[in-house]
Amino acid sequence: MELVIVDTGCANIASVRFAIERLGSPVRVSDDPEVIKNADKVILPGVGSAPAAMQKIEAKGLIPLVRTLTQPTLGICLGMQLMTRQSEEGHVACLGMIASEVKRMQVGSLRLPHMGWNTITPNPNSPLFDGIAEGSYFYFVHSFAVSVGDYTLATCEYGMPFSASIGQDNFMGVQFHPERSGEAGSRLLSNFISRC
Amino acid sequence: MGAKLMLARRIIPCLDVKDGKVVKGVQFRNHEIVGDIVPLAEQYAQAGADELVFYDITASSDARVVDKSWVSRIAEVINIPFCVAGGIKSVEDAGKVLEMGADKVSINSPALADPSLITKLHDQFGQQCVVIGIDSYFDQSSNTYQVKQFTGDEKRTLTTGWQTADWVKEVQQHGAGEIVLNCMNQDGVRQGYDIAQLAAIRACCQVPLIASGGAGTMEHFKAVFEQSDVDGALAASVFHKGIIAIPELKQYLRDQGIPIRD
Repeated sequence: MELVIVDTGCANIASVRFAIERLGSPVRVSDDPEVIKNADKVILPGVGSAPAAMQKIEAKGLIPLVRTLTQPTLGICLGMQLMTRQSEEGHVACLGMIASEVKRMQVGSLRLPHMGWNTITPNPNSPLFDGIAEGSYFYFVHSFAVSVGDYTLATCEYGMPFSASIGQDNFMGVQFHPERSGEAGSRLLSNFISRC
Repeated sequence: MGAKLMLARRIIPCLDVKDGKVVKGVQFRNHEIVGDIVPLAEQYAQAGADELVFYDITASSDARVVDKSWVSRIAEVINIPFCVAGGIKSVEDAGKVLEMGADKVSINSPALADPSLITKLHDQFGQQCVVIGIDSYFDQSSNTYQVKQFTGDEKRTLTTGWQTADWVKEVQQHGAGEIVLNCMNQDGVRQGYDIAQLAAIRACCQVPLIASGGAGTMEHFKAVFEQSDVDGALAASVFHKGIIAIPELKQYLRDQGIPIRD
């Protein structure tokens, strides 16, 4: 199986690659459209701001390709947010594979970014969360989020309920960082590789 | 269940790094070698540390290019977030460390020299990557908390013109994503965190705040979470010397009703 991480030019690519390699799976990091197109599975990583990341993907000429991928594709953190229609961060149009939108979190007196370990409630039918119990901790770092809706695969709560994971068709994404979420995160990546 | 639906408080071992080895000194002096970085990092991740901080303590004060290849070796083996501090003076320096797999960079002396560096890092990498380390010293004669610079080298350590609370506000305006407040009077002496100072800083800190300096017992962690409302507690010697075992500490805090990752 050929697993490819899209080289978005964002900073967490190394950590995602190392996490996949720790599972014993070979993985390539590439921004070559042919390589990405022919992959069995694709990971779209991302940290930083939505407008900067969209600019980088656009500069690499990858927007039409990523939009039309048909294989299982996993967005991580900002990578997940980029899969939605739009983000309030910089009011930018995103890739639009998942019919949701990203808004700044409204958390009252709580601190932003939402940074640290928080518990999730997964949809028990989602293969991505196979074997991951309700109340499992994952590592989050973000100030923007997708509200809970039709495409939610897991929820989390921080001042407000929000989507810890969303999915539509072959596209799925997680707001947290599975590559930095200990055993639970490894299980999620392993589920993506073997069950999705 | 109520307690579980909350962001967990973080337990953060800090590994001071000098020439590629983990070291620890008392009140920033007399560094002794504790061990190799990678096996220690792995050991802490397996023991349940929520995050790790690596401070390259020689870097800022030596004004030399420091070999950071160990960052990549750590990223390969651990599955929890980690932050690298020390010697990061530019957007380029930060980019290299983040590309090697660090999740955050922590800036201390260079931010004092040029606060606009915080903004540049924020704009380039996002707020979540930008941690500001602050060395705060309580000066009894003036009854004020002063920010110190270049604390990695005693001979070069300076007292800046900043009072700590003012600098905390300033760095937030520039885009800091998290603040690690090291209370220097407490560092390495294990008499407890500076609860009063941390609580005062908490009141003017809208980003995550990490307590540093003074941990000696499990009760000190309970006190700093309950009384200073910090997001995380950083400690070094109590972990390195085996005075507190992380699994026991986390169980103790859970028993006390503090949300802690299991």
